[in-house]
Amino acid sequence: MKSKAEVVVIGGGSTGTSIAYHLAKLGADVVLVEKGYLGSGSTFRCATGIRQQFTDEANIKLQRYNIERWEKLSEELEYDVNFKQTGYLFLATTEEEVEAFKENIKLHNKFDVPTRLISPEEAKEIVPPLNADEFLAGQWNPTDGKANPFKTVFAFARKAKELGAEIYEYTEVIDVIAENNEVKGVKTDKGTIKADVVINAANAWAPIINEMVGLDKEFIPIKPYKHQLVKTEPLKEGQINPLVCPPAWNDSYLLQDGEDGGVLCGTGLEYGPTYDMTATYEFLREVLKWATKIVPALKYAHVIRQWAGFYAKTPDSNPAIGKINYIDGFYIAAGFSGHGFMMAPGVGEAMAELIVKGETKVPLDWDWYDPHRFERGELRSTAFQIG
Amino acid sequence: MTEKGEKIICRCNDVTLEEIEALIDQGVTDIETIKRLLRVGMGPCQGRTCIPMIVSIIARKIGKKPDEIKLPTTRIPVRPVPAGVLVGEMDEE
Repeated sequence: MKSKAEVVVIGGGSTGTSIAYHLAKLGADVVLVEKGYLGSGSTFRCATGIRQQFTDEANIKLQRYNIERWEKLSEELEYDVNFKQTGYLFLATTEEEVEAFKENIKLHNKFDVPTRLISPEEAKEIVPPLNADEFLAGQWNPTDGKANPFKTVFAFARKAKELGAEIYEYTEVIDVIAENNEVKGVKTDKGTIKADVVINAANAWAPIINEMVGLDKEFIPIKPYKHQLVKTEPLKEGQINPLVCPPAWNDSYLLQDGEDGGVLCGTGLEYGPTYDMTATYEFLREVLKWATKIVPALKYAHVIRQWAGFYAKTPDSNPAIGKINYIDGFYIAAGFSGHGFMMAPGVGEAMAELIVKGETKVPLDWDWYDPHRFERGELRSTAFQIG
Repeated sequence: MTEKGEKIICRCNDVTLEEIEALIDQGVTDIETIKRLLRVGMGPCQGRTCIPMIVSIIARKIGKKPDEIKLPTTRIPVRPVPAGVLVGEMDEE
């Protein structure tokens, strides 16, 4: 293990590996430490969705940019991350929702996201087995999509290593060393690494890292909420290509996995705050109740897997991204509230440029994601939180 | 495909011995990562067929004993169940 680096990234999920890759690309001497295996925290447990359909300018702009990054990511990393633009389809069950969809669409279109209102008939053409009679309209953006989280993290890490980064798995940070409010490095269970810059990319575990450096754990109040997914046996691909979600049905959603065509089913039932990752029978019943209402034929599909992971939630469901002013050299990109994977390319690029160049060309609104907003009592409008 | 080989280890996802060995040769020796990159053990059989074989392949390739290789988490349900049964609208078989 190296005893010294310019930058240490804590956390080997999509955010941490993306930051490490972008830093290495800019020539920084970077080490990443991950307490489990890469992706084991939340990335590998996610629903794989990538969308631009948020309800505020900051998230829409960032995600509009991220789609451009995702489109070229396999080529850039020289590894197929299986990004597919299969779209996101939100479905309305009431007239009020249809009106809200129209407002969302105006906002999306303003920032060049081509969302449009579609009829239930058109929704059924896009998703043939859909129970379209239950819905009044759809909010459809064909340029949203999905990618393989396993391959993405592996590709970021592989390229980062090629560019000189060191990655230590099964290495747990036990202390972040700071003297006179300046970061000096990290102490791990495998040894100490001196560094002038430390980035907290531990997402659900980020408050634990913040405490190590001497910050109050409520300074950035990230809380782990257990969410779950259920997956069916592989089905013929192309039947439920987009992520389909009627928000009024307890934020339930489903989409076919881009790898094998199995259907991933999620719903709004969450538990926490907790670090428990046990899958629950209550969730299995709840999620399938909604899934078989959205696509009745799913009754005949066999369920083969169920697992849990965390939404690392902040009070406004927007992440904390940026510099911590109290401790020189300490940065955070955490609290993604379920959106870390879809945001990873742009966030990694922005963080790396901020650290190396002091500014970034990524359209990331630093004020919106300011980690200091919570202590000032400022909250953003709640980021629309689905898959 | 000759590159892929013919010795199927994971019958659910058609993963061959050659693919597994090639990944280990690239330095990927953690069963958790092998599982996710090749999708072994993630099909309807839940790894009952392939995981024990993969453990011995890894052990042989990296010079460890099979019982030194930690097994990946077993997910529920233990065997596939139709969604309609779980929501109470269908009887099993």
